[in-house]
Amino acid sequence: MAGLAVKAHELIKWFGEGEAKTYAVRGVSFEADFGEMFYIEGPSGSGKTTLLSLISGILRPNSGSVLVDDKDIWSMTSDQLADFRLNKVGFVFQDFHLFPRLTTAENVAIPLILKRRDWNESMNSAMEYLEIVGIKDRANLPPVKLSGGEQQRVAIARAIASSPDILIFDEPTASLDGDTGRRIVEFVKHNVLNEMRCIIIVTHDSRIFEYADRIMKMEDGRILGIEKGGPHEE
Amino acid sequence: MKGILKIAYKLLVNDKGKFAALLMGITFAVFLMIMMTSLFAGILHRSSATVLNVGAKIWVMDPAVNTAVNSIPMPDYVLDAVRSINGVNYAVPLYSGGALVKLRSGVYQSVTVLGLDDSSLFGRPELIEGKIDDIYAENAFVVVKDAEFPKLENPRIGTEFEINDHRGVIVGIARVTTSGLFGVPTLYTTYNRAITYIPSSRFTDAFILVDPKSNDAVPYIKQQVANLGYLALTKDEFIEKTSTFYKYKTGLGTNVLIMTVISFIVGLSISGQTFYTFILENLEKFGALKAIGAKGKELIFMILFQATFTALTGYGLGIGFASLLITIAKLRLPDYAALITYGNLGMALVMVVIIAGISSYIGVRKVLKIEPFDIFRG
Repeated sequence: MAGLAVKAHELIKWFGEGEAKTYAVRGVSFEADFGEMFYIEGPSGSGKTTLLSLISGILRPNSGSVLVDDKDIWSMTSDQLADFRLNKVGFVFQDFHLFPRLTTAENVAIPLILKRRDWNESMNSAMEYLEIVGIKDRANLPPVKLSGGEQQRVAIARAIASSPDILIFDEPTASLDGDTGRRIVEFVKHNVLNEMRCIIIVTHDSRIFEYADRIMKMEDGRILGIEKGGPHEE
Repeated sequence: MKGILKIAYKLLVNDKGKFAALLMGITFAVFLMIMMTSLFAGILHRSSATVLNVGAKIWVMDPAVNTAVNSIPMPDYVLDAVRSINGVNYAVPLYSGGALVKLRSGVYQSVTVLGLDDSSLFGRPELIEGKIDDIYAENAFVVVKDAEFPKLENPRIGTEFEINDHRGVIVGIARVTTSGLFGVPTLYTTYNRAITYIPSSRFTDAFILVDPKSNDAVPYIKQQVANLGYLALTKDEFIEKTSTFYKYKTGLGTNVLIMTVISFIVGLSISGQTFYTFILENLEKFGALKAIGAKGKELIFMILFQATFTALTGYGLGIGFASLLITIAKLRLPDYAALITYGNLGMALVMVVIIAGISSYIGVRKVLKIEPFDIFRG
């Protein structure tokens, strides 16, 4: 492993107040390293998506800290947090959230455009990323004309377009059939993961556990344990 | 920022159905607003036709006069008194009255007769046929070739008619800058012939036209005329008084204002509703953009750009359609009194900017409220 990518310390998050107060994350601490596929696994309502939001600078915790590059991201202003997400984190959402009115290439180029890169330069880079995910020939089609697996690849290309250190996948196989889901995660493991990047995946799909380096199990907002991933031993 | 605007542009125009609905709403609103206000401007412009066409710098009248077509004749001494005011270069009477003429076909037609001062012919129109000196010939009249001209059966020089049992002869055909409002042809003749041929009240000076020696003399002249118990107005003041009368004392202004407000509300409703739906449908995508790293101000900029682009495009289309319809209407209906002014265009632009502002405000509020966490939560 090439070093510490994210360090979460005693993260607590609750929603509501008074009798309606519900704890989603209760004192969670963990570390994820560069070069690893780190899974967060647990049943629905276990707090894994909330935890993902806390460590990616999307949802402010009630207490605790998230260190990236030795800096607590929650000490940043909202504009700094937006820059942090743009430059350090890549997101692959469960429903992809691609823009149906833009072409595939334009979708991939969005983070680059947000970084104020020139339009043509962004489109050229987008083509390179589409080539990496193997759908360069779909560059000028709108996402709605692509299959679920292809849309997932577009979302991955968009996530890696800004060359983030941390890549966040939220239930990457939830919208795909079993085979496609496995192929996508396998592809990510072999083509997207590298020594300079940490991939954090939230999932409860045990069929893709074999690609994990470590799996953190959660329940009721707490960590039950962190196991080593890899192929199942029969 | 150019790239972000390009994204905003593509998101907007690639959603063809919504974009068309947005454009239709704004175009329709602008079209209605321009049509209503230009019709009103045209009416106001025509209501001051006599003032514009005669072109005197100062008009003396009874204080109760509201427009040039409804004059109250003044006693003869007023003319002498005005002529004796310091600063008056010259002052001449103007007769303005209505009459019925019997055309050669036997048809009776209402006309407006303007009687010009016999010695100076001050306020005479530009002739396109005939010579102005012929106005001194027996029974001579000059006819104005405007939208109402055909109602006199397209007379030529030498055409005869009857006016109050007097013979009238066309000796000249003139053109004027503005046609009258009430669809009545205009005849010019001399002052003395006018008061002789047309049944008149005891007094006959409808207006006194004054040429001041200098602009500095105008306030003094106005004061002296006021001391006589009459009113002296500059050309612009008389036009303004006429406009004010039609705007506030006839109900015309109120009706046009109501129609304009209704057009605005219709445009705002269609555009606001459609833009709101457009934002709602893209709300998750805006949330995703926020999660990816777009800042609030960038999203606001995108929405403002989309609203402004739609508003200005709709504004241009609305003006285009209104201009086209007015042009066609004027070709088919010479009496059609519509006039697109810079004021109308400015007012419609302000209205459109307000529509865009309100529509985008609703969108911005919604987009700023969306939390990226909601995107994760689904």
